[in-house]
Amino acid sequence: MLAELREAARPESGGNAPLLSLRSVGKSFSNGVTALSDVDLAIGEGDFVSLLGPSGCGKSTALRLIAGLSIPTSGQVHWHRQVESGSVGFVFQEPTLLPWASVFENVWLPLRLRGVSRNVAASRIAEVLARVRLNGFEDAVPRELSGGMKMRVSIARALVTGPRLLLMDEPFAALDEITRFRLNNDLLSLWEQERFTVIFVTHSVFESVFLSNRIVVMAARPGRVFREVEVGAGYPRDEAFRTSPEYAALCRETSDVLGAAMNAGGGHGGD
Amino acid sequence: MAAIDGSVAAAALDPEEARRLRNQRIEKIGRWLLPLSIMALAIYGWDRICVLNDIPKYILPRPGVVLETLVSDAPLLFGSLLTTLKITFLSLILAVAGGVGLAVLFAQSKWVEMSFFPFAIVLQVTPIVAIFPLINIYVDNQMAKLLLCAWIVAFFPILSNTTLGLNSVDRNLRDLFKMNGATRWQELWHLRLPAAMPYFLGGLKIAGGLSLIGAVVAEFVAGSSGQSSGLASRIIEAGYRLNAPRLFAALILISFTGIVIFLVLSLVSHLILRRWHESALKQEG
Repeated sequence: MLAELREAARPESGGNAPLLSLRSVGKSFSNGVTALSDVDLAIGEGDFVSLLGPSGCGKSTALRLIAGLSIPTSGQVHWHRQVESGSVGFVFQEPTLLPWASVFENVWLPLRLRGVSRNVAASRIAEVLARVRLNGFEDAVPRELSGGMKMRVSIARALVTGPRLLLMDEPFAALDEITRFRLNNDLLSLWEQERFTVIFVTHSVFESVFLSNRIVVMAARPGRVFREVEVGAGYPRDEAFRTSPEYAALCRETSDVLGAAMNAGGGHGGD
Repeated sequence: MAAIDGSVAAAALDPEEARRLRNQRIEKIGRWLLPLSIMALAIYGWDRICVLNDIPKYILPRPGVVLETLVSDAPLLFGSLLTTLKITFLSLILAVAGGVGLAVLFAQSKWVEMSFFPFAIVLQVTPIVAIFPLINIYVDNQMAKLLLCAWIVAFFPILSNTTLGLNSVDRNLRDLFKMNGATRWQELWHLRLPAAMPYFLGGLKIAGGLSLIGAVVAEFVAGSSGQSSGLASRIIEAGYRLNAPRLFAALILISFTGIVIFLVLSLVSHLILRRWHESALKQEG
């Protein structure tokens, strides 16, 4: 049964050229917690993959491993082609901006750390700020912005280096629903324009179905891949999709898988 | 802010809002008026006590006499004030350099911090008056003695606050710097130092007062053993001669200097932090 499930979780990334693979990746912390166990996952170029699961299923840990912020205890994170600096962008759960710096300077930061001067960076920064609809706010500091705007700055900062892979760790979890829907739409249209790859951590079934073409449902204790759900619906997806029967059916299906994943928890039950 | 206040006043206000606006205005005036009138009352009381009890001026001079002395002794007192100020500011500058420098060094490595921080604490908790005889033996130059004393008193709050600030950087921001391949120097300059700024400025406010106290105390101790020309030696001198009016005048100058230092440093802190830090923001709504 388990072997079957693992098989189901390993289709070679929906036909896209492979970008990276996690191969039997496990991560245990020194306090004895096993955050991830034997995770196999292939990500294709241009995929929009959501990692969906209850808290404690290791989805954030997986993201940190992919970002290179942490190294796996066992297995490996394999990149199918050379990654150069700046090709991975990360968006945290909080906007994580420098509070003393203006919007411009915050978005400049990744380039600045690579030695790109303000003047050289200016046109690129203007471009990404326009893309997240924040032009005109260059000189504002974070506290002058709303939660949604701060998150946009954070996304602009992640996009400024032109990354091939965007890692997002529950980026919209702290926002109100109206703002979250808007940012979902914005993110999708950005993704359709630029075709970078996204790995999106969330605990919302609705968000994962709306955004992704693949949903990797994870289970906790130990954190592992439970099953993968393909979201067949085509793009572009808009407000009409959000209220369609197809969307509702997909949400129900994903919800059932998530329910099963939580019941399959390692003997302690879900939380 | 002014524009917002203006538009609020122009709009029609319900009684509740009108009351709140009025209260705010009264509070604004009261914040200055109350302490000033209490101060004036206290000075008047002081004067009455002197007159009613017929207290001689070498015990407790009337406020008017103190003021007269302040004017008549101005050349002498302000010359001394200048000496004290010089020591105060030099030691404050050295305290900033030493405190921030050490804090940056500590932030480079946990090991350095673990090794040397206890020594800083020892320096801090040992009363300066007790250390001074040693300094007196080892250091010849009078100015250097006083500076060293004032520095020992003033540098610790800067060191401890800045160290705390450098270490309390958002974990995610550090990850972000790491992912973008930031060097240690870049992380310090673009992340840790700005993040430590509010802590440093808090330490600076304390250190400003302490460097004045350090300068005066050092002079007191040194004054009894050698010659010095700051305000503290004027006070000692005046004490020996039962010249109470001059003693009071010198005392007032010292307190006044302390207040000015505090206000200036608060202003500096406000100007630096006003755009982004919670402490410098006005309560809204």
